[in-house]
Amino acid sequence: MLFSGLELSAQAGEWLHVRGANGSGKTSLLRLLAGLSQPAEGEVQWNGEPIEREAQAYRRDMLFLGHHGAVKEELTGAENLELASELDGAELPQAEALSALRRFGLKGREDLPVRFLSAGQKRRVLLARLVTRKAKLWILDEPFTALDTKAVAMLGSLVTEHIAQGGTAVITSHQAVDIPGGKVVEL
Amino acid sequence: MKALLAVTRRDLLLAMRRKSEVLTALFFFVIVTSLFPLGIGPEPALLRKIAPGVLWVGALLATMLGLQRMFAADHADGTLEQMALSPTPLALLVGGKNLAHWLVSGLPLVVLAPLLGLQFDLDAGSLAVLTLGLLIGTPVLSLLGAIGAALTLGVRGGGVLLSLLVLPLFIPTLIFGAGAVHAHQSGLGATGHLSLLAALLALSLFFAPWATTAALRIALE
Repeated sequence: MLFSGLELSAQAGEWLHVRGANGSGKTSLLRLLAGLSQPAEGEVQWNGEPIEREAQAYRRDMLFLGHHGAVKEELTGAENLELASELDGAELPQAEALSALRRFGLKGREDLPVRFLSAGQKRRVLLARLVTRKAKLWILDEPFTALDTKAVAMLGSLVTEHIAQGGTAVITSHQAVDIPGGKVVEL
Repeated sequence: MKALLAVTRRDLLLAMRRKSEVLTALFFFVIVTSLFPLGIGPEPALLRKIAPGVLWVGALLATMLGLQRMFAADHADGTLEQMALSPTPLALLVGGKNLAHWLVSGLPLVVLAPLLGLQFDLDAGSLAVLTLGLLIGTPVLSLLGAIGAALTLGVRGGGVLLSLLVLPLFIPTLIFGAGAVHAHQSGLGATGHLSLLAALLALSLFFAPWATTAALRIALE
């Protein structure tokens, strides 16, 4: 068992910084929160309801970005964003996808298959989903890996903006993160 | 429904960008079914008799070739996780992937079958029954195969296990599909066999996506 007796909560406008040594179960905790796996005991609640009960509503409110790229190497950045939101049942105008990519410094790379991008740029394509998918709860697993200092700052300001607008976020990171409203959860 | 078509479109787009995988299965089908007439020699009566069986077994094996990749790539790059967490029901997305798999690996077999059937000296009526049978039967293969592909996801040596798991499930489709052509050749009429194939299709259309979804959720945990 990785952890027991764990209790944590986040209000709107708050974010949780999950920290711990390698293998302490940060990713496992995030997968529990996202509903990808079930806890042996206890439950995860969203808006005071267990997440399984209103699974569809919870999934609409939540965006989980994990370790994996979750981008298709053969498709371009814009295609990746558009198809990802179509799978969620929402139309994404191409202009919006392109502006999200530009915001993440991928101007001029919009029409390149993702396979030709560097690891950091792939990560930026993935993070552009934070902009295109309007979710209330962001669950981000090590979002700062492979990003350069500029991108780290950009992501930081994006999360700050999200929190300021009444959003919630759960983030794992080894670095100290400079975003107000954070509560540290040590595993 | 829109999400279902979006998955299908995405998978078709991906298939277009790595054509070799699609073409391999297709060439496999063409070559395997062409080897039989070459090996057996010019004996039209015998060829006519074995044609439905050979073409159907060829179709089963060609379908098997692409099955493992149905979810493997999405699993490896984390897209499957995103699908499982999407507000769209996963069964719908699985249905879209099934449709794409059939369009890419089933439909070409249906289109090629009449041409390949000519090598076996099949008459026009038998060719029509064979093609119609494949048209109804190949979606069943995709749907049932998806269950196996989902169950063996992430398992080492999954390819062999997948064949062992899925090929027995294909047996009813094979029997009724090949049987339809035999029944037509012997003058009994193929309606009965084709109706049973259609029943198999209806049944698997209804149940297979749910079974696949359940298997995927287990694989993701």
